Amino acid sequence: MDYFAQQLINGLVLGSIYGLIAIGYTMVYGIVGMINFAHGDIFMIGGFIALITFLILVSFGLTAIPLILLVVLLVSMAITALYGWTVERIAYRPLRHSFRLAPMLSAIGMSFVLTNYSQVAQGARVKPVPPIITGGYTLHEGAGGFVVQLSNIQIIVVITTVVLLALFTWLVSSTRLGRDMRACEQDQTMAALLGVDVDRTISMTFVIGAALAAVAGMMYLLYYGLVDFFMGFVAGIKAFTAAVLGGIGSLPGAMLGGLAIGLIETFWSAYFSVEYKDVAAFSILIVVLIFLPTGLLGRPEVEKV
Amino acid sequence: MQASRAPGIAFIFKKALISALVALVLFSLMIGVRTEAGPQGLLVYETRFGDLAAMVAAVFGGSIVVELLRQWWGPVGTIRVVPPQVTSTLAVAGRWVAPVLLVFTFLVPVIFYDQRYILDLGILVLTYVMLGWGLNVVVGLAGLLDLGYVAFYAVGAYSYALLATNFGLSFWVCLPLAGILAAFWGVLLGFPVLRLRGDYLAIVTLAFGEIIRLVIINWQSLTGGPNGVSGIPRPTLFGIPLDNSDNGLAALLRIEFSPTHRIVFLFYLILALALLTNWVTIRLRRLPIGRAWEALREDEVACRALGINTTTTKLTAFATGAMFGGFAGAFFATRQGFISPESFTFQESALVLAIVVLGGMGSQLGVALAALAMIGGFELFRGLDQFRMLVFGMAMVLLMIWRPRGLIGHRAPTVFLERNQAISSDLVKEGHG
Amino acid sequence: MSSDHILFVDHLSMRFGGIVAVNELSFGAERRKITALIGPNGAGKTTVFNCITGFYKPTSGAMRLTHDDGHTIQLGSLNDFRISKQAKVARTFQNIRLFPGMTALENLMVAQHNALMRASGLTLLGLIGAPSWRAAEKNAIDLARTWLERVDLLDRADDAAGNLPYGDQRRLEIARAMCTEPALLCLDEPAAGLNARESASLSELLLSIRAEQGTSILLIEHDMSVVMEISDHVVVMDYGVKIAEGTPQHVRDDPKVIAAYLGADEEEAIAVMESGT
Repeated sequence: MDYFAQQLINGLVLGSIYGLIAIGYTMVYGIVGMINFAHGDIFMIGGFIALITFLILVSFGLTAIPLILLVVLLVSMAITALYGWTVERIAYRPLRHSFRLAPMLSAIGMSFVLTNYSQVAQGARVKPVPPIITGGYTLHEGAGGFVVQLSNIQIIVVITTVVLLALFTWLVSSTRLGRDMRACEQDQTMAALLGVDVDRTISMTFVIGAALAAVAGMMYLLYYGLVDFFMGFVAGIKAFTAAVLGGIGSLPGAMLGGLAIGLIETFWSAYFSVEYKDVAAFSILIVVLIFLPTGLLGRPEVEKV
Repeated sequence: MQASRAPGIAFIFKKALISALVALVLFSLMIGVRTEAGPQGLLVYETRFGDLAAMVAAVFGGSIVVELLRQWWGPVGTIRVVPPQVTSTLAVAGRWVAPVLLVFTFLVPVIFYDQRYILDLGILVLTYVMLGWGLNVVVGLAGLLDLGYVAFYAVGAYSYALLATNFGLSFWVCLPLAGILAAFWGVLLGFPVLRLRGDYLAIVTLAFGEIIRLVIINWQSLTGGPNGVSGIPRPTLFGIPLDNSDNGLAALLRIEFSPTHRIVFLFYLILALALLTNWVTIRLRRLPIGRAWEALREDEVACRALGINTTTTKLTAFATGAMFGGFAGAFFATRQGFISPESFTFQESALVLAIVVLGGMGSQLGVALAALAMIGGFELFRGLDQFRMLVFGMAMVLLMIWRPRGLIGHRAPTVFLERNQAISSDLVKEGHG
Repeated sequence: MSSDHILFVDHLSMRFGGIVAVNELSFGAERRKITALIGPNGAGKTTVFNCITGFYKPTSGAMRLTHDDGHTIQLGSLNDFRISKQAKVARTFQNIRLFPGMTALENLMVAQHNALMRASGLTLLGLIGAPSWRAAEKNAIDLARTWLERVDLLDRADDAAGNLPYGDQRRLEIARAMCTEPALLCLDEPAAGLNARESASLSELLLSIRAEQGTSILLIEHDMSVVMEISDHVVVMDYGVKIAEGTPQHVRDDPKVIAAYLGADEEEAIAVMESGT
């Protein structure tokens, strides 16, 4: 039971990170109807920028951890958001009204560019950092000596996710930008006729998605204590899996899907085998899509005849 | 009007300045700072402001060049009037491209007999031509987006490798088996994903490709895991080995043995396999099954209303494409003599898909040209080493922006009464599956 | 049920969530006759079509199809492609669904898929180019040529379907449906968007199909001149229920029909009242 509780905590934390990335996929898919294959790499870039900012701040002699974290968060979000904007501007905007496969291949190409760009710029080796946030709480001490722990970093990941999600839900439901985004999702031509700046709205979608991915990247760095240039690929596929699982286009669905994938992966590793955890995550995707083709919270697609 | 058509120097500079500023922010930390493991294992960093400045300057200069080119070229989307003589000349030339290319390919081993590098490159290009033609059945004809094609390539390669090393079966027995096994896996994948459409299908096939790769890595007792399978037998000319033994081909023909014999043999082997793929595909297009594939790409609902079983139609497309992938995989295994999971990553799937899309969906000649351009171009950048994938990714983005519908943008009808005229790609659908 | 019905729709209901699109609808379509299904927009006509042709599964009710040999098929028990393959029901669509990137001829060849699949020995005979396959292919092209001639599109045979003018596309879609050699042809607004001359030639085509092929026809139509001219029997729907049926003359004079159309659309009501005069 204790072991189960511990895995539940770990799974929820991992799921929060996946959920943050998945929101970027789901938003872009909702608004331009394409899989932003480079989004996983945007997450990776976010992790790298958080790492570098952190190193610089520490070398300047800053010691106040909360201040460091805040600066790292803001810098990482800002620069990564610009990456998101640039990717859209270069690789997707020229192909917006083109054939369906062209933007997808362009996105795959962009993903290769970003992966290898950070490999060239920062080297192929894994970049470890010492634990930045230590300590935590012991929730329960079992009879067999097994301890259920909730570390501070886990609390930070979950709280950050919840706060961002609340902020983001407010943004989409109650602001002008959110309304524009929803309008573009329904009908871009009509939205443009009604005075919505479609280009700007789509750009902002990519910017927000990238900023959330940057947060995920930073959380990943804090939680696992490492980043590498290839981490975007697998995390990206899993987050996309999460978005599809939750029902693509649905924001709560993305978060739900993220948590589900995080939990599945953690429990599979804990009870079956670590080697096959990714196989488990992908298999679940296939199984869910067979029985629930529109995901958990997606709108059923009515076939118009 | 004049001002908006040809913006002045000030405009160009302003644009370049903004690009440079964006580049400065983007590259500031990623290029301006380099992290490295320090003496105690802790990360340290060093600054590279010189590189950063150079990159920003390059973006500034590049932006000016791009803007000038754009002005010289005119706005995107202008319809350029091509004189009819030029179009007709091009059409005549186009008809000769395929036969000339084929004859040239046959002659490659004769012309470049002494140049091992060219022969190896030729074999590589032909392997991708074959993979492209195989995937073309699924993506180009049936309009089903498959991002996990490499899985069937892997199934074919491992089928041959394991059957040959464990049971001593010969290449010619294993080749059909590899194809059948890959087709079987194609059907196995096809069944669950039949109801999925578009990007859902794409992501599930991608997941399937990854699952196969992960299973190969982790099922060490069967596949050797990350270490792969080595000592895979080389192909024989129907039982006659191509080595310098007493019963080898050279000895039988009483000619001096040369390792090039085997390379030339491999070249013609993959050429034959690729041409078989091409022949079967062209043949299938003119049969009801092939027409049903294309109809499926055009409109699935209409297909159902005409009594076409869309389930079996999709499955046959998957199985046919997978079978060709399996053949190519078996060839890959026998050519390399060693295979490992590293050869079957998502990048391979993306590369083959890029070849199909760049070739112009459904066009056999286009796919061959695209494979030549992509693999050949990729080889050109071999010297660049770590920049290679970077350049490749950039090329993919630029090619898609330049020609979203591929090199050959029209479809040839499969049957005609009076006139065999090509159909503009603007009318041809891409499919939803 | 004294008359010879090829199709009998028995208490058909279709609900989408809380909306009742079709409610306990019963009517018959007579063999070798043209039956029209009319009604104001949103009356549920296309929903009935989608149930008959297997695209929707009705909430309740039955649809019986009786072939010339007396063999009866419950359409509700068949799904999508089997309706066309086994029950021999062909249909066209309100928004034309041709294969735009294929030529007119290719469209008609695709329609003969099932027959050609058998002839090609499930592809194997075709792959080796067996003589029996070559003969079957030639026959298929001849059938397609015949239909292209019937719909006056022989000179456009090698043009992409997506390049044809609207009226030609409508006729090609009918030809394509006929190439499946159906017992019952269901046409969803075949005259929509056609001018008067094209409508007249459409009427002629449908009458000739009934006379020469003996195909029973069920059509949804808003163009009252077509309905009144060619229909043997008219069924009027409103809000998912049948409000009248009978001969065109009978229906035209029915006050309930006029009221339904008046309530919905004045112009259509006038069209109903004035048509046939």
